[in-house]
Order: sequence, then structure tokens, then C-alpha cells
Amino acid sequence: MQNNVVISTRVRLARNLEEFPFPCKLNDNGKERVIEKVKSAIKDSNSAVSNDFQFLDLEQMNEMQRLNLVEHHLVSPEFISNTKGRALLITKDNKISIMVNEEDHLRIQVINKGFDLEETYFLADKVDTLLDENLKFAFNKKLGYLTQCPTNLGTGMRASVMLHLPALQKTRAIGRIAGNLSKLGLTIRGIYGEGSEPKGDMYQLSNQVTLGISEKAALENLKNITEQLVNQEKITRERLFKSIETKDTVYRSMGILKYAKSISHDEAMQLLSNVRLGIVSGEINDVSCETIDKLFTQIQPAGLMVKENKKLSPEERDIIRAELIQAAL
Amino acid sequence: MKCQKCGMREATTHIKTVKNGEYAQYELCSQCAKEMGYTNIFSDMENEFSNFLGSFFGNALPARTQAARCEGCGSTYNEIAKTGHVGCADCYETFWEQLMPSIRRIHGNTTHCGKIPHSLEYTESVEKNVSEKNESTDNIDSEIQLLKQSLEKAVKEQNFEKAAELRDKIKELEGNKNAE
Repeated sequence: MQNNVVISTRVRLARNLEEFPFPCKLNDNGKERVIEKVKSAIKDSNSAVSNDFQFLDLEQMNEMQRLNLVEHHLVSPEFISNTKGRALLITKDNKISIMVNEEDHLRIQVINKGFDLEETYFLADKVDTLLDENLKFAFNKKLGYLTQCPTNLGTGMRASVMLHLPALQKTRAIGRIAGNLSKLGLTIRGIYGEGSEPKGDMYQLSNQVTLGISEKAALENLKNITEQLVNQEKITRERLFKSIETKDTVYRSMGILKYAKSISHDEAMQLLSNVRLGIVSGEINDVSCETIDKLFTQIQPAGLMVKENKKLSPEERDIIRAELIQAAL
Repeated sequence: MKCQKCGMREATTHIKTVKNGEYAQYELCSQCAKEMGYTNIFSDMENEFSNFLGSFFGNALPARTQAARCEGCGSTYNEIAKTGHVGCADCYETFWEQLMPSIRRIHGNTTHCGKIPHSLEYTESVEKNVSEKNESTDNIDSEIQLLKQSLEKAVKEQNFEKAAELRDKIKELEGNKNAE
């Protein structure tokens, strides 16, 4: 049932190659060599996983396709801001990705649906061990894995869960919670991570401290706090649904989504969030959570353009978005 | 209303931002707003972020060897402090003393615990470290208590250098404790 609140689980590991300066001090030639090293490290490893990886050349992709990768949380916004000297290795099922020459030489990322920190870390750890056989990672006994930004020193691990917290958002409890989380070595942010506002009541909760705390302890900590947040959200939902206002909001949102002829991104995100709240609370039964979760990703601007395979103005996107939602509902 | 940063000049710039899911509003004078990078409303997040990272090092000890460059990548400490980006693995060795206070401030801790590359595995047993730490939790508690008393005394005597040292030590120990 936790899947109702936790949409997805992500783990990423930051690693750097000992013999090269970090990307901020590395010239294009050096970056090419890093890419080649990582590519051959994957190829030379005798593992079933290595055959699943495909190499994506970002410079060959157009802007919409690159933005679409961000919308699917496969790469960071920073990664596509400059494609020169950068590469992406990704498995066919889009589960494991390796960003080369983002902030660090390697960012190994694993993303899973639902709430599964153990399995997600297990996979990331496996890929890291695999690469460790053929690459020499920058490491210091005291500081752990060395990274370009000192905020990632130590394990280099950032584990996060994407949470749908409409009740805590509506009751404005989230602000208070966010303040307390930092004391526990965790941080909560909007849906697209650093520097982004929350959209559709989606939040990303992740560990902040990476030095002096083992992967296991950090994952345990994140798991405990996530469970508490999930519980808090559920209690608040029950309370909200005792009032006619909440039910009214849910059904009105459904009405607009079903019949609107044009709908903006922000409005759609908010209304989908309201409807999702109605579904998980048992109020709406004819639409599944899965349908809504899929729509959250599909209605993103670049995703719409990739689907239509052409550049669209915001007004055109709003019309297509409305059609897409109606087809799904 | 006076500027919230300098507290001297009249506030003329109103900043609204979302930080960690929390809505925040600041009233600043034009000069402080400019210093904090709020001159262009479209780039405020970006500037705020890089200032924020840079500021990790802003309060660090003044660089004793300011002219020194890292042999690995040619970075100076000032460059690192300004960008918040360390140039290469060697920089950590070269600027160890200058970087340490900032690293401690970020993580509350300065000693790695967890996975290590396979080439180093034979030298260290991480699990052993962890079990030793668990047993010593009580000792840590009592040490923190003692340090806190010394800290109070140092503050009373206005010995701020000592106080800062003690504060960092307490933070590290508490970090160790919480990590378990």
C-alpha cells in the first residue's frame, strides 16, 4: 500500500577516475578519454548487465529528446545544459543509467517504481563493483570517494524517494516537516530536484549527509523517515476526506480533466494530483493510480513534443495535453 | 523596513523563493540584493545556488598559502572557494587544512564509513569499524558532555578560538553518534 505515496525510488553514486582532473578542470580531449574508458570498462566486464547498456550520443539528439530524458528523471537538467564532452550509457529498460562527465566523471543511477531502497541500492552497488574492476576510482581513506563537490564526499551516494504528498501540502504541514528533516541529515525538494518548485504535490526526499555514514545506515535512516512521512500523509488524508470540501475538490478536478479543451502544465499537474488523492482514498474507483502516474510524465512539455514529433507552441501543447488526458481517463 | 541582510539601508527589493519546499520571503536593500545575485529575476535560483555552494568555503580559514596551486590541475584555493568545485583528487591533499573545516560543516563528520574500492579492501575492514563504534556510543555521550562544559567555559572567558574548536569537535562526535 506504500506504493500509493511512494512513486519511485532512486539511488545514484558519484565516482571519479583517479588519473583525470574532475570535469570542471578537464578539457574536451580529456573528457573524450574518460568516455572511452567508461565505455570499455562496461564492455570488458563479463556480466549480463553489461550487454544491456546502450550508448546515447547527446549531441545527436535534438533538444526535445534531451528534455524528455530529464522529464523521465533519467538525467539531470544540468547534464543536458551542455552536451559537449558528455555521454549517457543507459540500459534498454531505462532502469540503470550512467551519466559521464556531469558534475563528476560518473554518476551511476538506478531508478525503480514504488518503494524499494534495498533492491535499488543493490543494483547500483553491483554496477559500481563491476566498473571498479576496470577503473581506478579516486578514493581517500579518510574522505572516502572523492567528488568535485564536497557535499558528495564519502559514499558519494544519494538515495531518494519520490513522494506524492497532497494532504501534507494542502494542510501546509510540509514546510514544518522540511525544516525538521534537515536536522536528521535528510532533505526534501520539489519534483525535479535542486532549485525546482514542487509540482503536482510531488516531492523528492533524499539523504543529505554522505560522509561518516555508511550506505546501509543512510538507507535505513531514509527508509525510517519515509515510512513516518507516508504514515503522516495517510492520517492527514483520512482527516481531509471527512470534509465535503476535499471531496468537492477531487470531483471538480476530475470534471475539468475530463472535459477541458485546453489545459496548462501546472493546472494539469495540480488537478491530476487532486484526482490521485481521490483514487488512493477510495473515493474514485474507475481510474487507476497507474494511469495517473503515467500521465504525470506524459503531459510534460518535451514529452508531448517528442510524441507528436514536432516543435509545438505552448498553446498547441495545452490542446494536445487536454486530448491526451481525456483519452486516458 | 530595514534590509534583512545589512540591517542599515532601507529595503527596496522583495525576494520570494521556494527553498526545500518551504516558501521564503526576504526584504533587501538594492545593494545587498545585487551582492546576493538578485539583480536579474530570471537567474536568481542559479545565483543563489552557486553562492550557497561557494559560501561553504566562505567562512573557512584564510588561505595560508594563497598563491599555491594544486600540482594535479592547477587550481588555487581561492578558485575552489569561489566556485564550490574542487579541481581534482589531488586538491584534497594540497588544500587539506583549508578544506577540512568546510567539510566538517557540511557533513558534521570527516571520516568515511562504508564501501571502499576493491584495491583497498584488504587494508581495512569496514564492518569491524562499525561494530567498534556501536560499543563506544556511551563513551561518546560522556565525551560530548565534557566538551560541552568546556565550551561553556570558553565562551564565558571569551576564548572564541577555543570555543570554535570545541564546537567542531562536538559536532563531529554527534555526527558519529547519529550515523550509527
